[in-house]
Amino acid sequence: MSPYAALLKREMTLAFRQKSELIQPLVFFVLVITLFPLGVGPSPDILQRIGPGVIWVAAILSSLLGMERLFRDDFQHGWLEQLALSDASMTGLLMLKVLSHWLVSFVPLVIISPLLALLLNLTEPMYWALMATLALGTPLVSLVGAIAVGLTVGLNRGGVLLALLLIPLFIPLLIFATSAIESAAMQLPYGPQIAIIAALLLTTLALSPFAINYAVKVSLH
Amino acid sequence: MSQLQAIDLTCIRRDRALFSGVSFDLEPSELVLLSGLNGAGKTSLLRILTGFIRPDEGRVMWQGESITNDITRRAFAQQLVYIGHKSAVNPLASALENCVYWCEQQQLTTPPSVIFDVLTTLGLVGLEDVPCGQLSAGQNRRVALARLWFKQSATVWILDEPFTALDVAGIALIEQHITAFCAGGGSVIMTSHQPLVSITQWRDITLEYRI
Repeated sequence: MSPYAALLKREMTLAFRQKSELIQPLVFFVLVITLFPLGVGPSPDILQRIGPGVIWVAAILSSLLGMERLFRDDFQHGWLEQLALSDASMTGLLMLKVLSHWLVSFVPLVIISPLLALLLNLTEPMYWALMATLALGTPLVSLVGAIAVGLTVGLNRGGVLLALLLIPLFIPLLIFATSAIESAAMQLPYGPQIAIIAALLLTTLALSPFAINYAVKVSLH
Repeated sequence: MSQLQAIDLTCIRRDRALFSGVSFDLEPSELVLLSGLNGAGKTSLLRILTGFIRPDEGRVMWQGESITNDITRRAFAQQLVYIGHKSAVNPLASALENCVYWCEQQQLTTPPSVIFDVLTTLGLVGLEDVPCGQLSAGQNRRVALARLWFKQSATVWILDEPFTALDVAGIALIEQHITAFCAGGGSVIMTSHQPLVSITQWRDITLEYRI
């Protein structure tokens, strides 16, 4: 078995052993979105107006809850050291870890979001725009998050630092994602915003592997 | 010819030179015992040898090439077993799974029967399927040390305090295995605060604690 396939298999098996950690961000996401209609009142217009922003803010904040899990356990147990000593590209192995983290923590979120869109009275075009922005935006969150987690994993209690490092980086994503959904609400084309998010994703995809590898190397030091 | 060479290694931590100008060759069939007080830099030296830490000066050569080169690093990794302070045993996975994950990561095709045999040798009979989080510290250490049995292609072992948490019988077993490995041409560099019992031949490298 190639070391890459082996790592993916291990990551998936172990992820599903920690069900509470896996579900925690998802539950947070659902709770925030169900509480909003109660908090701001059930007026359909207001909900539709704030819906895209609420969903995206909840998605970003819930991602921070589960982000540390990406490298923390393997760093503490010493598995990252063993990965660095296997006959494989460390960059490739770390990218697979990011991929498996995205699969278990963001894909459920993308799947569940249409249901939540109903709670916030989103219309059908808005719903498609939401799916598109989440599909393109969440891998971006994972990749950028992985760099910050790699840098802070060696520090005890790096959680607050992680949030401070990451939130400013997610602001452009938040702006373009909510703007895409708002355009969809007004029946306007939202292609340009999606294109910008896609461009952000591609740039990150090209550059982040090196940054993640370097960040982890610094932490292993 | 020795495969692993340390040339003029210097390590500086928090403005304190842990050691400087450390050079040695690790010869085949040789056991090198690193000794020194706590904080003398034994672990740092071992981590420099594995490539986790870049030395502040000097270099580590594997078969004549510096291990900072990625191709050399991978060639080195094929023949190395490293067991550090952190045992890389996942508490959620069983002893068997931990061994399987490690073997697969190292691209070893170790049949489960072999893994069961090794775990039996290490006194973990009946505990193969128990999550390692429920095992004792010594038993977790044994799961980590099982790796010394799996990788037949290894020629270098780097062991950082392998005897931590092990009982007398466990230490004897590992010492015996180290002796057999050296007799077969392997080289071992390790640290230990316990005196070696059954091993008679080794080379000492002592790191002074500097202020």
